[in-house]
Amino acid sequence: MTAEPALLEVEGVDKSFPGVRALRAMRLELRPGEVLALVGENGAGKSTLMKLLSGIHTADAGHFRLDGHPYLPTSPRHALELGISIIHQEFNLVPDLTVAQNIFIGREPRRGRLLLDDRRLNDDAAALLERLDLPLDPRAVVGELTVANQQMVEIAKALSYQPRVLIMDEPTAALNDAEVATLHELIRRFTRPDTGVIYISHRMGEIKRIADRVTVIRDGEYVDTLDVATATTPDIIALMVGRAITADSGPEGVRADRDTVLGVRGLGTRSLLDDVSFDLRRGEILGFAGLMGSGRTEVARALVGADARSSGRITLRGTEVRIGNPADAARLGIGYLSEDRKRFGLLLEQDVKANIALSALRDRFTRAGFVRDGALRTRAEQLIGSLRIRTPSAHQTTKHLSGGNQQKVVIAKWLVKDCDVLIFDEPTRGIDVGAKDEIYQLLNQLAAQGKSIIMISSELPEILRLSHRVVVMSEGRVTGVLDAAEATQENIMRYATLRPGETAEAPDRTAGRP
Amino acid sequence: MTTAKAPAVGPRPRSGTAAAIRGRLQQLLAFASLIVIYTFFAIASPYFFTYDNFISILFSTVVIGTLAVGTTFVIISAGIDLSIGTGMALCAVMSGVFLVNAGLPLAVGVLATILFGGFMGLVNGVNVAVLRIPPFIATLAMMLVAEGLALVVSDSTPIYFTDVSGYGDISTGHLVPGVDIPNAVLVLLAVAAVAGVLLTKSVLGRYTYSIGSNEEATALSGIDVRRWKIVIYTFAGLFTGLAGVLISARLGSAQPATGMGYELQAIAAVVIGGTSLSGGKGSIVGTLIGALIISVLNNGLQIMSIPQEWQNVILGCVILLAVYTDRVRRRETS
Repeated sequence: MTAEPALLEVEGVDKSFPGVRALRAMRLELRPGEVLALVGENGAGKSTLMKLLSGIHTADAGHFRLDGHPYLPTSPRHALELGISIIHQEFNLVPDLTVAQNIFIGREPRRGRLLLDDRRLNDDAAALLERLDLPLDPRAVVGELTVANQQMVEIAKALSYQPRVLIMDEPTAALNDAEVATLHELIRRFTRPDTGVIYISHRMGEIKRIADRVTVIRDGEYVDTLDVATATTPDIIALMVGRAITADSGPEGVRADRDTVLGVRGLGTRSLLDDVSFDLRRGEILGFAGLMGSGRTEVARALVGADARSSGRITLRGTEVRIGNPADAARLGIGYLSEDRKRFGLLLEQDVKANIALSALRDRFTRAGFVRDGALRTRAEQLIGSLRIRTPSAHQTTKHLSGGNQQKVVIAKWLVKDCDVLIFDEPTRGIDVGAKDEIYQLLNQLAAQGKSIIMISSELPEILRLSHRVVVMSEGRVTGVLDAAEATQENIMRYATLRPGETAEAPDRTAGRP
Repeated sequence: MTTAKAPAVGPRPRSGTAAAIRGRLQQLLAFASLIVIYTFFAIASPYFFTYDNFISILFSTVVIGTLAVGTTFVIISAGIDLSIGTGMALCAVMSGVFLVNAGLPLAVGVLATILFGGFMGLVNGVNVAVLRIPPFIATLAMMLVAEGLALVVSDSTPIYFTDVSGYGDISTGHLVPGVDIPNAVLVLLAVAAVAGVLLTKSVLGRYTYSIGSNEEATALSGIDVRRWKIVIYTFAGLFTGLAGVLISARLGSAQPATGMGYELQAIAAVVIGGTSLSGGKGSIVGTLIGALIISVLNNGLQIMSIPQEWQNVILGCVILLAVYTDRVRRRETS
């Protein structure tokens, strides 16, 4: 055992918010030169810990040490100056500013006190991006970049402070495999003998690849720290959730020829989609896979009328339907659960029952224009029970629930509406492993009850585990539809990286070309 | 193990120059509409297209333009300031108090008036940034306070600047001999130039965009958002003070009850000029063009003897059209 002092040490830290004890005797030790993974279910206290480390909140008790010296940040800026850079889960970029302006925000090179030196700003940014080997244009407007490139800007910004400790909260949530590899390469280059990384993630595979040790926390308390080399994934998950989880693979039963519920033919949009066709059968989970920007989400949005279609026909149980907007879709029993729950799925300031009742308010819970509160509460409580939504009551404000439970509220909302077709866009984004499992079971149950489900996901294991068939997209087109038997990680990636017009060694697909 | 060549990190980002051109396009469009409207009136009325009328349009742009330039900063920061109209009237009255009642020297009185406008902005800024009152409410309250105070301070009667020598020249004099451009127009151009430089090239401008674009991210990047919001509202207040000087100098009197309505015209100018009410986007040049469009419309419709009531209806429709075309254009590029 070496007597080397820890780079960052958290010891006996307590933090309470009104009514909630967020952290209790929390501890953590980051050694110099290591990547420490931090895992825990949502609500375990990770984000509270981040907020203490970044100086947004102050701890009630306990202490932090950086290099053996007390570390007491008073603001995010102060934390940066002391040598801790944090990349938060939600992007903290200013969309209307350029890459360079974002990287150096708050410490722009100036000429005199007031005027900015934009030339030096761009030169400095270009030099930094070059050094980090990131293919970004310093003058590009951040709001127009892809999510992956925005993530790279965040990282460039964090590293530009030359921090001792880099903390990343779910950095890969929106990245595809190639982008994750690029990110890990950056992390490896950043980690020197005198620096360290805290890597918060739910993805066990990544933790295995990048981290040296993993610290597990649960319910605001420290649980254990394991060496990644010797720990198994089930070990880690069991520590996280406090129970063992069976990670079964493959969908439970593949449906062959059920009747088609939803038929889509030649769907196109002006910006991206081109000739997208597929069938969704009754009781089927149809996975949509593809790289970022391949058009998975756009298919869902065009389908429910959230984006304008330039072409295409949609049939529901054999009859052609007109869907001009999401309200039309909902009326026809097609529910879309957006990837961005907080922006498009929930009224965060409203309570659970108001959210559950939202889309069916008029057809189920009103009499002569007045809301029938009793009926609404009863139904909400039923669903809270059957979906196992963990909330103190139906009156709890939704923003206080964990990610997994928020997702269940969104699902409940569409169940009340009696939707037959449910489109899940990234159903487990930002949801921890234990709750993910529950969402998976829920999807399987819904399919077993005869609901038809489209599931869009950037996590291949999730696609493979749940989908009865997989539609693979690339650059706005469908490049392959795979049965569960054919659907392997390699197969999907092959179709996902096809450029439209190319073929995956299937000569018949070239038919129709001149 | 991946054998395939790793794809590059997403599609190549669109270059900054393309974005810059599209930003310019917005101004070009506004400018083109200005030309179209101007040409229309020139054809429709023989009295419109004259040098005198051109100057008269510029002159009538001054007050709204000055207010609009200041409030552009507030709107880009995703705020709003409804108090600039009645605030301007109060500043005009204060100018009377300083120069007529207290008899301060001209320069001192003018400066004091402008600073008084800044002080009103400071109060707005503190209400918004520190007390966290939503800008709409905070400045609505200030609008009423200013309206009332203007009447109280002036005893509900106009204050005349007849005895203050040189005051009228601030607006109506001609600094450049031989060229028939009133000083007020030169003042507007000068302050707009300064504001334009500050908006695009200074720390103040950068943080104005940044706060309007994503306030939380700005705060987490270590920028004191509260302080900068106070600065932004205070800065805009200085323009309210200046507008108070310009309008009273032009009229030769401070009219305590005339401010209401100017704020909406100024906000309309900003919006027509392409500044987004949700913050993060906008320019001073756009605002000036917006203010000119409003002046040209008012002037042209008046020359064509269209009743005042209808002028407002048309102005309202122009605002809708301007914002709608901006929407459509943005949807297409995104």
